[in-house]
Amino acid sequence: MSETQTPTGEPGAASDDAPSTATAAANASPARATGRRSFLPRLTLLRHLLILVVGAALAVLLLESTELNTNIKLGNVAYLAVAAGGLTLLTGLSGQISLGHGALMAVGAYTTALMLDVERGDEPPSLFLVFLAAIAATTVVGALVGVAAARLHGPYLAGATLALAVGIPGLALYFSDTLGGEQGITVRPPERPEWFDNAVEQLSGASGRGLNDKWVAYIAVACLLVTYFFLANLMRSRMGRTWRAVRDQEVAAELAGISLGSWRVLAFVVSAAAAGLAGAVLAIVVQLAAPGSFLPVLSLSLLTAVVIGGLGSLTGALLGSALLVFLPPWLIDIGRDVFDMEEAQASQASFVVYGLLLVVTMLFAPAGLVGTVRLALLRRRAARATAAAGGR
Amino acid sequence: MTRNSRRLVSVLAAATIATTMAACGGDDDSGGGGDSSGGGGDTGTAADNEATGPGMTEDTVTIGSHYPLTGRAAPGYSEIPTGVQAYFDYVNANGGVYDRQIEWVYRDDGYNPTNTSTVVRELVLDEEVFAIMGGLGTATHNAVLDFLNTEEVPDLFVASGSSLWDDPENLPYTFGWQTDYESEGKIIGQYIAENYPDAKVGLFLQDDDFGEDGERGVRQYLDDDQIVEVQTYTSGNIDVGPQMAALQSSGADFVLGFNTPPYTALTQLAARNLNYTPQWWYSNVGSAPDLVGSLLGAFSQGAVSGASALAGIMTTAYIPTVDQVDNPWIQLFQRIWDESGQEGVLTNTRVYGMAQAYTMVQALQAAGRNPTGDDLVAAVEEAGSDWRGPSFTPFRFSTDRHAGISGMSVVQFNDQGVGEELTPLLVTDTGDADIEEYDGEPIAPPESGIPDEEAVG
Repeated sequence: MSETQTPTGEPGAASDDAPSTATAAANASPARATGRRSFLPRLTLLRHLLILVVGAALAVLLLESTELNTNIKLGNVAYLAVAAGGLTLLTGLSGQISLGHGALMAVGAYTTALMLDVERGDEPPSLFLVFLAAIAATTVVGALVGVAAARLHGPYLAGATLALAVGIPGLALYFSDTLGGEQGITVRPPERPEWFDNAVEQLSGASGRGLNDKWVAYIAVACLLVTYFFLANLMRSRMGRTWRAVRDQEVAAELAGISLGSWRVLAFVVSAAAAGLAGAVLAIVVQLAAPGSFLPVLSLSLLTAVVIGGLGSLTGALLGSALLVFLPPWLIDIGRDVFDMEEAQASQASFVVYGLLLVVTMLFAPAGLVGTVRLALLRRRAARATAAAGGR
Repeated sequence: MTRNSRRLVSVLAAATIATTMAACGGDDDSGGGGDSSGGGGDTGTAADNEATGPGMTEDTVTIGSHYPLTGRAAPGYSEIPTGVQAYFDYVNANGGVYDRQIEWVYRDDGYNPTNTSTVVRELVLDEEVFAIMGGLGTATHNAVLDFLNTEEVPDLFVASGSSLWDDPENLPYTFGWQTDYESEGKIIGQYIAENYPDAKVGLFLQDDDFGEDGERGVRQYLDDDQIVEVQTYTSGNIDVGPQMAALQSSGADFVLGFNTPPYTALTQLAARNLNYTPQWWYSNVGSAPDLVGSLLGAFSQGAVSGASALAGIMTTAYIPTVDQVDNPWIQLFQRIWDESGQEGVLTNTRVYGMAQAYTMVQALQAAGRNPTGDDLVAAVEEAGSDWRGPSFTPFRFSTDRHAGISGMSVVQFNDQGVGEELTPLLVTDTGDADIEEYDGEPIAPPESGIPDEEAVG
């Protein structure tokens, strides 16, 4: 074990270090411990199922009450959030870092593009199978990387995964005959079923231009809900607790009989599977798998989403992804409409303001959005408990 | 999570921000806009105008596009839409097309296909454009081909010479504009075969359609043993030293580049460092002398400067360039640019934008007073091959062809960085079509500076 991994602080006093601020969002809310009343069922699975159903209802409401264009943006949020969800499990829970998740998304996207690349008129394989294949392919790559990653720490791991982010899109150029080179492989969007048109017509009366995009947005959001259901259960399970142990107290975890290496590989595999699905969804949303979509900045954006939202929190990953999608165009709109800037100027300024906003967030809310809120709640509850104890 | 890796996460987050902020580049142009209405048009009056659907109202027609305004491809290309803006402003100030003002909406895609997919949907679904015009980039525009054709949005004059856009059967709404890379390769190959039969040619290619199509054209006229070396580069990787060294050691004394303007500057600098002095030829895309000159100055931190650094270099041309100050089209565009009041000077990329805007106005005129998107497409197919404008040779548009300009001439830069024509205008086509001398003459612009096409049908 490397020295850098040993928690700092007095021997025996290591528990001071956890729960740390940065991963505040990752830790299970101690609802039961404090005896706080909750309207949600106590059984984790039931609770998550309930949230899933409510989430699905909210998603339909959101998709039907917004413009088509927003639908597509929500589709973008969905695939980013799927990948960010996997990454937040990896970074927030098991304590590893990956700068290569964009490359894993590329694996999923190219698998999808290749499978859907059939002659016009031929029936493409069912989307469900395609997604499973994309997940499987990415899982294999993730496992290989994970084995290497489990032996690396901190900056070394970051460097190795960054190499992945830089290298994998290059493969598309090297094997340009099969993978289409720089301009990539176009992906034909899945045909929407007839019942969908009718259902949408009933719900919001939408028809005409862009219904296919709506269908794709629904697929994306469905993938998001299912992925988050799985990930949430996983995080609350014995596995989630083991990962937290690996993250916070390596020595204690090893003493408890946890094999650090295999748990780290497992975390990488799970999060790679999520990235693979995200890539598959990206391919059908963007309708193209091209190296230009998977530049290293995508991997870094995912990490940004996870950190801004709150490390280790799925809600945080979702919020962070939404910020990635909605904030820059919103800033450009403000630049164009409010400050009357030229389009190019507004685009450039938006990057600066976006960057500054992120810096400010990191400075004042180092635990991310969700983590900060959760810490504040904990503090208030603790204060109230102290006051109650004092008054007794 | 240990304290070290926590710190790492923070550092990386900061790095992300830095990267994102560094992604802003390009030019700062501020806008101006003409906003006057007036009479004009061929038949009927403004009172006959009807809204026909998305983007076509009684008094406006909205045209949209996507460009890299930030990021690696922004230098130069981000100026194209300002040229388009200037020309549309000019047309609007003179009454518009059929008493409709042209509204020009364009968005930044950062040359990333994922962004293109988002912003073009925004243009079609939110801004409700009537047509997309001049979407830039092969990979980027490739991402929206299916969408635009499914939604039946006219997708005119894609700003790339890839052969992808000429596929009327599968992509009935998409049209090319500039001379395709394969035809250009053929014209270059023939010129080298005839005039430099003993040259040992080295190719320097961008590793996508651009380089591939160009090479295919060149190889139709040059023997395999005359091409002694082929080197490729990936857009974004700025170290071209190894490629230049390989070309030098292969003994190539004639280097032909199918590359973008930044790579013209990079190859010039890399070759300078190696004392490698072959005859250079850059395809049209990579040759813009003003842009390359300024990039050369920037990359070499002033050691090499000015367009005169390009003396002796050969290239091809299909529209006039700013160095041809006597060309009536350049004079017209110069006047329009000055009147538009936008910042900056007239550049070749802005001329490109204005020339595309000119063709767009022709298309809108031909489509008639109250056209649908399908009418616009039909008008380009029917009348497009007759339109004359800034381009030296006609378009190849018809019901079975959606390919743009058919020919070009070979040009060599003199000591002042001014292009001198070495050949008459040559026209050809993809595949095994012959190269022929163009029998027409480039035309002068109309007095008003605005085309006057009759409505078809």
